[in-house]
Amino acid sequence: MAKLQYERPLIQKLNTGTMNKFGTRTEYRPHTEIDGAKVEDLMKEFGSPLFVISEKTIRDKFNDANRAFKTRYPKVQFVWSYKTNYIAAVCNVYHQLGSWSEVVSGFEYNKALKSGVPGSKIIFNGPDKTVEELKLAIENNSLIHIDHLDELYTIIELTSEIQKRPKVAIRVNMDTGIYPMWDRFGFNYENGQAWDAINKIVLTDKMDLVGLHCHIGTFMLAPSAYGVAAAKLSELALAIRKKYGKTIQYLDMGGGFASKNTLKGSFLSGADTTPPIDDYAEAITTSILNAGFLEEELPTLYLETGRALIDEAGYLLGTVISNKRLSDGRKATIMDFGVNILFTAFWYDHKITPAQEFSHYTENSVMYGPLCMNIDVVRENVTLPPMKKGDHVVVHTVGAYNMTQWMQFISLRPAVVMIDMKGKAHLIRKRETLSNIDASEEMPGYLKEFKL
Amino acid sequence: MKIKKNIAISDSGFIFNPSTGDSFSVNPIGLEIIKQLKEEKTSDDIKKHILKLYAIDEATVEKDFYDFLKMLEANKLSAENEKAN
Ligand SMILES: Cc1ncc(COP(=O)(O)O)c(C=O)c1O
Repeated sequence: MAKLQYERPLIQKLNTGTMNKFGTRTEYRPHTEIDGAKVEDLMKEFGSPLFVISEKTIRDKFNDANRAFKTRYPKVQFVWSYKTNYIAAVCNVYHQLGSWSEVVSGFEYNKALKSGVPGSKIIFNGPDKTVEELKLAIENNSLIHIDHLDELYTIIELTSEIQKRPKVAIRVNMDTGIYPMWDRFGFNYENGQAWDAINKIVLTDKMDLVGLHCHIGTFMLAPSAYGVAAAKLSELALAIRKKYGKTIQYLDMGGGFASKNTLKGSFLSGADTTPPIDDYAEAITTSILNAGFLEEELPTLYLETGRALIDEAGYLLGTVISNKRLSDGRKATIMDFGVNILFTAFWYDHKITPAQEFSHYTENSVMYGPLCMNIDVVRENVTLPPMKKGDHVVVHTVGAYNMTQWMQFISLRPAVVMIDMKGKAHLIRKRETLSNIDASEEMPGYLKEFKL
Repeated sequence: MKIKKNIAISDSGFIFNPSTGDSFSVNPIGLEIIKQLKEEKTSDDIKKHILKLYAIDEATVEKDFYDFLKMLEANKLSAENEKAN
């Protein structure tokens, strides 16, 4: 007689009458393919853990967002926020789709240039731009978004040595009814700081004020806040037109639209609560269209949308190392990836599914990473089929921020592959090696030898 | 370990404990183990039985079996708890 397929024995108490906080999730439905590429084959070829990017999802999400805005407003320009995911192949998909680059450091700026983005199509944000970086940005006609007065004065000084008028915008922070208010970056709207900066820029007459920028927060679940922000930026642009006769060419609404992730502590899953991109588009474009711009002076709308475009295109594949029973009876599953490479586990309850077929029996468990640290929790509570050492899982919606904020701690960072439009996998970032790390270390001569 | 005498076992994998009113669901292999326990089989016999039925190695069965017994205890289904009460 052929033997039966083994599964760990399980017993689960049934709570009749009380609602399960986690509802009836279908998380444990196995996820065996990504765009036609078999998860098992990907792991066999590229190892575990492994990040996988779906080019199709990138393109679909982008086209959907582009449609949402372009059907409502005549002039729209998406600008890829590098910090969200700056693997060159990922950036190039966005550039092929027409996105410019939004960068916040010299490193990101040079990365965009190296990829072939023209300097005039790079937006340079952030509070920390060095004199050398500012010079380069001025020479390249990049759009410099001024964050503070010290930066403004530095640019004014630089104009005496560079024979070029810098193209600048100011970053404006404001009250949009959202708490906490992001007032750390840029110039405040309500207390007059923004006007102060605008007056200095126009009256010193050393640079061209071409735009106004804001980034009101991150994972914003209220599209109405964008309506308020767009109205305030429009008001400012119209007042500049009136006071100085200068037309503001663009309004940049920054990023911050929510992705379909589930914020920690949230009762409902992100898939159910995240507003559709159309709601953000409607709030923003209605505000600008109703602000009172002359038709021929309507500013171009720039969008630095990050996570809402890429989060769902990213997957992390991993392997079970071991199962444990905690002292309080809870099951714990230890994975070969932790918060070192899945930084967003600090913010989200990521959806996790098995990568192979299972029976319909499930159990609750805590999911830990392999780091020797208490904070290394991937999920505090996840319902999955009984998994054993060597079984594989798929972590969903990890495309944003993980491949830039990952840490090289204890182990080496994993490879990243992209599944193309035909279902073929391409390696877009190699697994790190010891020599990658060694390459930047130096050994003082007197420490070269030791005897044990 | 012995299991409480009065618990009700259904073939579809539902377990009912009349002394507490708790009900549980178990997967087929869990059900098999509970049935064997009810028939007062020894741990060694049960493990051998599992090894005969399923495609699995001894070490895994050993580990999972004792973990399952712990869960029965934690859920107050073992006869040892009965005596203590
Ligand atoms: C200035 C700026 N633009 C765009 C973004 C992208 O934001 P998100 O990924 O939330 O859309 C950020 C992120 O912090 C940002 O600081």
